[in-house]
Amino acid sequence: MAGWFLKGVALGVKTTKYPRRAEQAPGVSPGLPRPTRFLDAAQAQEVASRCPTGALSASGSEVAVDARKCIHCYRCLRSDGAAMSWSDDYDWADVPESATGQGRPLGFEPRFRRSVNILVVDAGDCGACLNEIAQLAAPQYNLHRLGFFLTPTPRHADLLMVVGPVTDAMRYPLLAAYEAMPEPKRVMAVGTCALGGSVFGPSFIAGGGVAELLPVDVEVPGNPPPPLAILHALRVVSGQIRGARR
Amino acid sequence: MTPRELIATEIRSRWSEFPLTVEWPAPDRLRIDVGEGSTAVDIAEWLVDERGFVFAGMAVREHRRYWRIHYLFYDHGIPGLWIQVSSDTSREQPLIPSLASRVHAADWHEREAEDHFGILFEGHPRLGDFVLHDEEWPEGISPMRKSFDASERILSRGTRPDWSPRRILQEPGAFAMTVGPIYGGLSEPVHFLLETTGENVVRAFPRLFFKYRAIEKRAEGLDVNGALLLAERFSATTAFASSFAFCQAVETMADIEAPPRARTLRVLLAELERLRRHVGSIRGICGSTALAVAESRAGYLEEELLRLSGEIGGHRYLFGLNVPGGLAADLADGACRLLAERLAEIEHALASLRRMLGTTSSFLDRLEEVGVVTSEEAGYHGLVGPVARASNIVCDLRAAHPYSGYERFAVAVPHEEEGDGYARLRVLFDEALESARIIRSAARDLPSGAVRTPIERAPRNAWAFGAVEAPGGASIHWLWLDEEGRVERYRIVPPSFVNWHGFHLAAEGFAFQDFPIILSTFALSVAESDR
Repeated sequence: MAGWFLKGVALGVKTTKYPRRAEQAPGVSPGLPRPTRFLDAAQAQEVASRCPTGALSASGSEVAVDARKCIHCYRCLRSDGAAMSWSDDYDWADVPESATGQGRPLGFEPRFRRSVNILVVDAGDCGACLNEIAQLAAPQYNLHRLGFFLTPTPRHADLLMVVGPVTDAMRYPLLAAYEAMPEPKRVMAVGTCALGGSVFGPSFIAGGGVAELLPVDVEVPGNPPPPLAILHALRVVSGQIRGARR
Repeated sequence: MTPRELIATEIRSRWSEFPLTVEWPAPDRLRIDVGEGSTAVDIAEWLVDERGFVFAGMAVREHRRYWRIHYLFYDHGIPGLWIQVSSDTSREQPLIPSLASRVHAADWHEREAEDHFGILFEGHPRLGDFVLHDEEWPEGISPMRKSFDASERILSRGTRPDWSPRRILQEPGAFAMTVGPIYGGLSEPVHFLLETTGENVVRAFPRLFFKYRAIEKRAEGLDVNGALLLAERFSATTAFASSFAFCQAVETMADIEAPPRARTLRVLLAELERLRRHVGSIRGICGSTALAVAESRAGYLEEELLRLSGEIGGHRYLFGLNVPGGLAADLADGACRLLAERLAEIEHALASLRRMLGTTSSFLDRLEEVGVVTSEEAGYHGLVGPVARASNIVCDLRAAHPYSGYERFAVAVPHEEEGDGYARLRVLFDEALESARIIRSAARDLPSGAVRTPIERAPRNAWAFGAVEAPGGASIHWLWLDEEGRVERYRIVPPSFVNWHGFHLAAEGFAFQDFPIILSTFALSVAESDR
C-alpha cells in the first residue's frame, strides 16, 4: 500500500489555480458563440438560420446569442460561408430573473458561505453533464478544496443539482428528493437540457427543463457545461460572485 | 463457392418449400425476405444455434396492412457476414411469432416492441411494464405508432410511486430490497429490485427507462441533419461512435464514401473516445472499491483525455464533428502528432496503474471470482463488447466487419476466460492501450486531402443500417427515409441495452456489498440503453 502513497505524492499538485487565476489550459471548455457583426443583413440571416436550436437571432447585420440554447454543434462556425466568432471562456452561470425577482437573494444566507453539500439528480441527461460533474472530483479541479461536497442523500443536501430535461418517469423522484431536503435549499439547473429541454424536450415524454417543476436559483448553460462552468456556478450559489450577466 | 454464399445456399435448400427472396446488397450483406409466417423465426434460431451467428437486433416497422419485422445477425468470422431476415405479419393477426422464446437475446427487443407498438408476441413469457412504466403510462397508447401524436403531452395519472415489483423468490425469510432510482452520489437513475434471503443477492432485476426520451420517435419527420443531433447526443459518452454509425447508414444510402483522410481521422477520433470511456470505466471500478488514490489517478487521466479531445476536436465529447460524408472540420496534422506524443505519457500512466492494481490484494479480493458471467451465459444473452470478451467471446466489429479502413490497423481483440470482474477490468485496460496504439498509428500516416464528400443527391425513399464497435460493444443504427428525405423510422440498438439484459447474471449469487462493484465492471450507460 506504500506504493500508492508514493504514486500519489509523485504526481505532484495538478489542481487548477481557478478561482484565484483563470485556467488557460486548452480543452477545458467547448466555448460559446459570441455576438458577431457581419457584412450585411443577408449574411447575418444565413448564419443565424444554421442554428438548429434557435440560439442565434439576427437583427440587421448583427447576430445575438442566447447561451442558454447553444448546444455547441458548431454549425455556425464550421459550415461553408461566414462564421460566428467563438469564445473559449466558461464563466457562464447566471441567476434567472425568476429567482432574483421573488425575494430569494443568493449569497446572503450564511449557510451557503462555507460548505455546501450537493445532491445530484439525473433527470434524463445524455451522460455528459453527469460526467462533467464527476470530473470535479478529479485532481485537476478538486471540488472539496472550495468547500463543496457531493452527498448521496437529500437529507444532507443544501443544493440540488439537476441535469437533463426531466423525463416524466423522473418527475416524482425529483420532486421527492427536493421535498426531502431541509431549508434553506437551492436548485441549480445544469446544462442546456435542464434549462430548456434542448434536443430532447419538451416532448410527450420529457419536459422542457427543471424550471417547469422546481424554482431554479442558478442556471448553467452548456451542452455539457465544462467542470469550470459548474465551479463558476457553485461560486454564484455560495454568494462568492455574481452571475455572468450582472 | 465462398463460405458466405454457402450459408445463403443452405438457407435456400433448408427452407425450399417457402418463397424466400434472397439478395446481396453488398458482398458482406445478405438480405432474406420470408414473407408471412414463422419462417423468419425458424431461420433466426438456426443461424444462432447451428451457425453461431449473434443476434444483433430487431427493428419493427409499421405498415398499413402488416407489421414488418427485421432481424439482424452477424458472425465472428473473418471476413464476417451480416444477415438480415425480414418477415411480415398481417395486422389482422393478433399475435406475432416470438423469437425470444427460442433465442433469448431477443427477449428485451420484443418487450420493447410491445410497449412501443402495442403488438403481442406469441409465447413470450413476459410482456408489459418495460419502457413505459405501468404506474405512469396509460394502457393502450403506443407511442411509436404513426397515429400517435408525439407533440401531445401525456402526463397521464401523474407520477405515482405505487409500483410494486413482482416477487419471484419464495422462501422463508425472503425479502426484497429496492434501490433507486436516485441512489449513491453520481449515478444514472435505475430502480434495482434485489431479492434475497440474507447475505447474497438471489435475484437482481434492474428496472430501466427512467431516462426514456423517445429518441426514435423524436427523430421521425426530421431531416438527416436534425436526426444527426439526436444520434450524436442521446448518449454523449459515446457520441462519436453513435454519430459514426448514423453517418454510415446515410452514406450507404447516398452511395458515397468519406474521403480517405476523413476515414482515418474517424478511426483516430473513435479510438480517442474509446480510450477516454474505458479510462472513465476504470475510474468507476477503482471508485466502487473505495481505492481513492487509484480513482483519482484514473480521474486525472480521464480529464486529460477530455482536454485533449477538446483541444483537437473543439468539444470535450467530440460533438459536432461527424457529418454524413465525413467530418465537419479538419484536424491539423500537427495537432494529431501532438496528440500521439501526449498519449505516450497517458499510456505509461495507465500501464503503471494496471501494474499497481494487479498487486493490490485488497482490490483484487473484491474483483476476482466476483460477478462471474460464463461464456455460455454471455452467448445466450448475446452480450457484446468488453463484457462479452471478458467471458471469452472473441468478437469485435472492428476486426470481424472492418469499416472506415480499420482493416489497415490490424486491431487486436483482447479477451479473457474467467468472466469475472477482474477479467473485465483487464480487458478494459488492454483495449485502452490498444486504442492508444491505433491512434498513434493513424496519426503517423494521415492521408491528405478533403475531409468531406459532398452528397450529390440526398437519399430519399431508402434505408440502410450502420454498425460500429462503440466502446461498450456493437452499436446498430437503422435508418429509413421517406420520399422527401425525412426520417420515417430510426431504430437504435446500443450496446448498453444488450448488456443490461445480461447484467443480472453477474449480480446473482454474490453478496450485497459486491453489487456496486459488479455494476461498475459492466461499464453500462443508462442514457444509452434508455434512449
